[in-house]
Formats: sequence, structure tokens, C-alpha cells
Amino acid sequence: MGYPHPPHAKETIVLSQYFGDAEARTHAGWVKRGGYEALRKVLAMEPAGVVDAVKESGLRGRGGAGFPTGLKWSFMPKEKTRPHYLCCNADESEPGTFKDREIMRWTPHALIEGCAIAQYAIQAEITYIYIRGEFTEPLRVMEAALAEAYREGVLGDNAMGSGKRLDMYIHKGAGAYICGEETALMNSIEGRRGNPRIKPPFPAASGVFGRPTTINNVETLAAVPHIINRGAEWYKGLCLANPKSVGTKLFSVCGHVQRPGNYEVTMGVPLADLIYDLCGGVPEGRSLKACIPGGSSVPILNREETEACKLDYEGCVEQGTMLGSGGVIVFDDSADMVYQVMRLARFYAHESCAQCTQCREGTAWTVRILERILAGQGESKDLDLLLDLAEQMTGKTICVLSDSCAAPVVSGIKKFRSEFEAYIVGKPSVAAVG
Amino acid sequence: MEATGKYAPIFVGEKKSELENILERYPTKQAALLPALWIVQNERGWISDDAMAEVAAVLEITAAYVKGVVSFYTMYHQHPVGRTFVQICTTTPCNLCGAEEVVRSFLEHTGCGELGATSPDGGFTVIEVECLGACGFATPVMLNEDFLEDITPDKVPALVAKYRSGAAI
Repeated sequence: MGYPHPPHAKETIVLSQYFGDAEARTHAGWVKRGGYEALRKVLAMEPAGVVDAVKESGLRGRGGAGFPTGLKWSFMPKEKTRPHYLCCNADESEPGTFKDREIMRWTPHALIEGCAIAQYAIQAEITYIYIRGEFTEPLRVMEAALAEAYREGVLGDNAMGSGKRLDMYIHKGAGAYICGEETALMNSIEGRRGNPRIKPPFPAASGVFGRPTTINNVETLAAVPHIINRGAEWYKGLCLANPKSVGTKLFSVCGHVQRPGNYEVTMGVPLADLIYDLCGGVPEGRSLKACIPGGSSVPILNREETEACKLDYEGCVEQGTMLGSGGVIVFDDSADMVYQVMRLARFYAHESCAQCTQCREGTAWTVRILERILAGQGESKDLDLLLDLAEQMTGKTICVLSDSCAAPVVSGIKKFRSEFEAYIVGKPSVAAVG
Repeated sequence: MEATGKYAPIFVGEKKSELENILERYPTKQAALLPALWIVQNERGWISDDAMAEVAAVLEITAAYVKGVVSFYTMYHQHPVGRTFVQICTTTPCNLCGAEEVVRSFLEHTGCGELGATSPDGGFTVIEVECLGACGFATPVMLNEDFLEDITPDKVPALVAKYRSGAAI
């Protein structure tokens, strides 16, 4: 659903409070809603105090990996001998995920404020906000808000009248999923091909331009002002299941549901509540078949697992998948799992940077074998071949794109094997594609 | 321009100052490569070998390096495209919601016939793209810089007519 729409009773509205409220896009409108108070407060604190506050809150990265944000910030050198950088990852490209786009479209100043706070905390001179090139509207909104933030003295050589300098620039991507990988993103800022780098060194030691760098996702940074304003205790209290997963999270729901869109819920909410209550379930007359809860890179759940899954980092692991970016893709009984797994594999084959053999060749072979099966030319040994290939593609490359291709293939075959076998014996179980 | 064999440089006057401002954001000249390529594409509609050579000279890198970068990113055009460049998302979430029907409708109504081809009148080039990041609003379609949501096959004829007449360019 687009914005504005009235929040559902099971939502917890923090980040999405002003989605759909055009006035909140302006500096004046943002200030009227209490914006930039957190930044003002932070600029009067010691940077280490800001890091501690975020550490205390339990905030974890919302881009996919779920790494504790404050801890990540604390890896930056305390004694500053060289320039430091902050990168904001707004290269949202994980199939199923469209939450950062909404944050940037409606509350650009929330992101700018979050970036400014993080930048101050890690003692960085500059923030680069890396926005994917296809996001033309978020780019326009962010550029306008950034220009306004400079004009109003939020940024620049005397940020909020503090005497401190904060600079922030937008770097527009040009079409490459892999640039959402942190070191590929840094290469892209440096004017290189978006190839991920071998780690270590980690970004806090040698990131963009070889300098200490922290990189955070849009949603993570947008949560920071709320933590400063309302306190770590408040944030920690937002929890329905595991105390290691706290706060609110935006879930993007798409595919076969009645009301697709973004929903903000407290960590730990049942996935079934999100699908059936908030999104109105699958279309009339259909039944739920499968779900990918965390963006296309995480294993597929069958119906039983979906209905048992709690939406937080640990709850997803319990069901054998991951929370990832919170991109929930729902499949009803009309979905052809073989075809859709092939489409996912094709996505990764298209987006492979081609540095590592296992990924460059493995993703392409995976697609070819799946296409062969779909064309009715598969053989019974093909499924084992796919699984063997997937094993060779997991944990063996510079980044996890290859692993991400293997995840839906392995889980797809494991949970929907009969659909694959039906193609192989020449009797596809789902006639309609899609 | 290509017919005469003469190349008119892009980074003069206003565009030169624009690039100089961009250079101030980064500690290296090379870092301005993606923004410089965007300027070229916005000005000319695509990025020719001559333009790559100009960018290389301005940023003090080699033309081969520039080509290596241009070819990595899918949004840079190395060949001219139709006046309206149509990008349709067909990755899994949109695919589940009928994106391939939207593609067929665009290919038919624009006259492109096949993916990647430009229509005989030069008006359109249609391609399939991987995830546009608007999966809840299937099917998202980009027509040049316009990012449209909830496109279904029945909306395609009117859209094509609108862009063909230049109303939305």
C-alpha cells in the first residue's frame, strides 16, 4: 500500500510516522516535528558518549547482516590520525526490499540527521550517501533536502552553530546490485568497478580511499535520532521475543498478498501476523505456499515454517532462514517454484561481478540447468548436480553473492522437490507460470 | 556529429564548472568518474568512445579504464537508445504479479518487437531489468527518469501513446 495509509493496530510506528506527510520532507516541516533536536544534543556530547548510547540501545544493522551498530562504530580508531568517512548504504537492490526507498522519499531529513549523528560519533569529515541510480525520485528528494540542510546551517562548517564541520554528499550509483556489498560500494565511490574487496582489512581500518570508514544502512541510520531522543532503555524495550533483537523494523511485503507494502512492527512479531493480519493474507481462493522472509538471498520457508516463524534475527535462524533486509516475498499455491527459483538464480547470474570463478560460472550453470529442467529436458541427476554446485558456491568466494544464489536453490529443492521432479518426468505440477 | 568525425567536447563552460564542483567532494580525481559519466549520458543520451576518451583526459585516467567502468554498470549506454528508454522489472516478486505480461505489452505497443531493440521510429527501447526496488508496487517501470508503479498490461497502450507524443519527456 502506498502512503498515507492509517497504521494497523499491530504496527509500531516510529520510523514511518511521517510517511505520506509531504511537509515532513522540508527542513521547516522536519524541525516542526522535533527534527534535528537529537543532532543538536549530540553535538554537545563527546563522540564516545554517542557510540555508547547506540551500543546500549541494542540497535543492529538493518541492511541484512544484523551486526550491532554501536559496536561497529566503536571499531573506528579513537585517536584520529587520518580522515574518517561514513558511507550510507542506500543502494537498496535486494529483491523483495523497498523500505529505504520509502524512508528517503518521505523523511529525507531523518536520514540526514541520522547520518550527521553517526558521522560525528565516528569523527568523520564526510558522509557519502550512495543511492542506486534507478531511485530517481528518492534521489531528487534527498538532493533537495541536502541542499536545504546546508542552507539552513544543519551541515557545513558550523553545523547547527556548534562550530563543528559536517559535510555530506550523494553518490549516485549506475545499476549494479553488488554495489550494496560494503566494499564494492566503496570501490564504486572511488570510481572503480563495483568489485567486492577481500577482507581483512575491514572498513574501520581501511575503507573508502583506504581510510577508516563505517558503513551503515539507511534504516539503521534513520533509527539513531529516535534512540538519542527517547533513550536506549526505550529502544531496548521494543521487543516481542528475543532480547537480542530489539527496536522496530520496516518489513516490505510483496508477491501474493492482498495489501503489499511497508509495515513497521516491533521485532519478534509473528510472520503469520504480518502476512495474514497486516497484509490481508494471500488473494481470495488461494492458499499460502512459501515465503522468503528476508530478501531473496535467504532460504525459502514452506507454509509450516512461515506460520511458525517469529520475525527477528534469532526467530528466522530457528526456522533455518535469516531476517536479512526484511523483504518478505509471499508465494501462494499458483506459484511455480521451479520457475521462480530459476528467476532468482538468473538475478544472481546477472548481478555477479565475475571476480570469483565459483560465482561467475556457478550462477550461470545454475540458471542453465534450471532452464533445462523447465524446458522438459531435465534428468533425475540434475537435482543432485544443482545441490553439489550450490555447495561449491557456498563459503568459497570474496563476498556472499554466490551463497545468496545457492540459498533459494538448495531450500527450493529441499522443500519443493516434487515440483522439480514433476518437470523432469514431463508433468509440471503448476501449469501457470508466475 | 559522428558523421563528420568531429567530436564536440562536453566538459566546457557550465559542464566544466559542474564537474569542478563535484571534484571538490572527493580526495581523488578518479572518484568523480561515475558522476562525470552521468553528465555525459544526460547530455548526449549515451556514452561514446570519444566521450570516454574525453572523460579519461579530464580525470587523468586511461580510456581503457573508463571503458572498464562504463561496461560494469548496466545503466550506462554504450550505444544510442530510443528517445524513451523503458526498463521493466521482471525479478521474482514482480514476476509473481505478472511482470512478463507487462513486458509483452510494451514490446507490442512500442513496436520494439524484441528486448533490447529500438523501435523503427526511434521512439522506444525496451529492456527487462532485475529488481527496481519497488516490489510492493508491481510492476514498476522506468520510462527515462520517470519511475512508475503498479503498471499492468492494460495501462501500457496509453503510456506508450503519451511518451510517443513527447508529452511526458
